Amino acid sequence: MQIIVNGTAHNTAAGTLAALVEELGHDAGVVATALNGEFAPRSDRAGTSLAEGDRVEILAPMQGG
Amino acid sequence: MARFYDIDVASRFMLGTAGYPSPAILAEAIAASGAEIVTVSLRREGASGQGAAFWDLIRATGARVLPNTAGCKSVKEAVTTAQMAREVFDTPWIKLEVIGEDDTLQPDVFGLVEAAGELTRQGFQVFPYTTDDLIVAERLLAVGCEVLMPWGAPIGSGRGLNNPYQLRTLRAHFPGVPLVVDAGLGLPSHATAAMEIGFDAILLNTAVAKAGDPVAMARAFGEAITAGRRAFEAGAIEARDMAEPSTPVAGTPFWHSG
Repeated sequence: MQIIVNGTAHNTAAGTLAALVEELGHDAGVVATALNGEFAPRSDRAGTSLAEGDRVEILAPMQGG
Repeated sequence: MARFYDIDVASRFMLGTAGYPSPAILAEAIAASGAEIVTVSLRREGASGQGAAFWDLIRATGARVLPNTAGCKSVKEAVTTAQMAREVFDTPWIKLEVIGEDDTLQPDVFGLVEAAGELTRQGFQVFPYTTDDLIVAERLLAVGCEVLMPWGAPIGSGRGLNNPYQLRTLRAHFPGVPLVVDAGLGLPSHATAAMEIGFDAILLNTAVAKAGDPVAMARAFGEAITAGRRAFEAGAIEARDMAEPSTPVAGTPFWHSG
């Protein structure tokens, strides 16, 4: 299935947002996720299914002013 | 002490964490500044996992974090980013930026008020990055903001206080509201000037991060902010056009009297 992760096309076997975060090797406790522009809380990731063409944002702490 | 949403801080310096030569210099600059509040952001995570390392560095400083919504241009983006920041940084604080124009990075004040209201309803404690417009400030307070952060000048410009008159107006109009000059300062004297007119704190990033010696400049700004605050509390004299002898004239020696 092809989805968009952080603006880039990505082929994944992950069925849920939680599985995607794990597949990408991110620290699940450090990143925040959004699905199709809506915030997806950490506690909801395992129950959030992915579908073809979904847009996923995975954000992490970064320097800021 | 300054107070922001029931949190007391001794330092009136809020320091941004972006653009330093190295993580080590950033950590040193935070220590030298005396800042107890630092701004942070969220960005797309790459494969390297650098976000976790940065977050570890910030936590080690002991500073309280104020996440921003930098780069957001719509209410929806800003609200979603704030929600994500609250989860990652575990704080209800959000420095709300809704940018309306690229050349000046001027806040879209209409989107800002709308987003501030929505985030307040969701339990956030909003620090709005705004212009110095009085009516916008009133609207931000009306939707629940308890801090105002007007710009001194456009972000990163280093110009100082573009409109000191308007900043004084805000101070006079909102005597009980914490006011922070956010953005546009270049020199410690700019920060002192803002503190002398009664602002509660200063938020800046570029003037320290891009200085030749960021650690020394962080210290200089910290001292300048303290000096300005002390001057405000001390009560300055009125400026006047004509001289006023500072040495007492009573008992002037005879050779002055001709």
